Amino acid sequence: MTLATLLLLAAALIGIGIYGALSQQSFVMLMMGLELILNGVMLAAVAFWAFSGAGAPEGQLLTIIVMAVMAIEMAMGFALVVAVFRGKQADMTESLTGLKH
Amino acid sequence: MESMNDGIGVDIAFLLLATLAVVTGWRVFRTDSMVRASFFLLVSFIAVGVIMILLAAEYLGVAMFFMMAVEMTVMALFMVMFMMNPAGLNPMNMVHQERIAIGAGIAGFLILGAMALLAVFPDQPVPADLEPVRSLGNEMLGDSMLIFESAGLVLLTTMIGVVVLSSHRGRYGAAAEGSMPPGLEPGGDPAGKPEEDEAGEGEHHHHHHHH
Repeated sequence: MTLATLLLLAAALIGIGIYGALSQQSFVMLMMGLELILNGVMLAAVAFWAFSGAGAPEGQLLTIIVMAVMAIEMAMGFALVVAVFRGKQADMTESLTGLKH
Repeated sequence: MESMNDGIGVDIAFLLLATLAVVTGWRVFRTDSMVRASFFLLVSFIAVGVIMILLAAEYLGVAMFFMMAVEMTVMALFMVMFMMNPAGLNPMNMVHQERIAIGAGIAGFLILGAMALLAVFPDQPVPADLEPVRSLGNEMLGDSMLIFESAGLVLLTTMIGVVVLSSHRGRYGAAAEGSMPPGLEPGGDPAGKPEEDEAGEGEHHHHHHHH
């Protein structure tokens, strides 16, 4: 378990997440891709904290902030899914051609 | 940190967890069932959480377990509520621009992986006498309190925004206004439309223009 292997794992998670976020048609699956990206980001932050940061507490704080961002992304994403579904009965990205309701 | 890294057990555990995290992360987009996909994602998060605990960031690892267990359960519920085929009874492959997406994913991995291997990062491990949880707590309620509290405030704002977005009734009327419920049979008339909407669509538009 070295910094390089941890960062490689983080890179793999981010790569899979990018694929998912770009390829999925369903809103919820798309959000899963975003979550996977943030998963890799958090792992990289903790890895840097553990191996390069000399234990600076800000490294852990950054991870907490990313967790908060993740919670916000989930909540807003689901709220938008609900709003779009109410308005257009749509759960696929292709069903939306404009921002107007 | 060095003492933690001595054992080959830690390395084996890391290898297994890393494999688990990547494989389940990949399976998220390769399973037929969306509910199963959310649980694969949960397993991937838990594997990363255990790796964080191996890295002595106990608080973050455990917080990851709790947060992701709840988040993924909510996600699975949403899958059942909104999505077709949550149980995976028939094959599912709902993708677009897959080639570009695969290319972007591989490119992202290669660029970040090259940085991980080629860049020179300072070698400053966590001091052996550091208590990670205590130091995080002191930071959150000390120097970085403003950041921490701002995160809390943003979460509160999110809660309000989410309620506004997803509530039935908004400032401009009911959520059903201007929306089209699905037909009772495929291609049939929309179900449960309000009475006044039953006049023709064109006339409806006309009406709007006059006002």
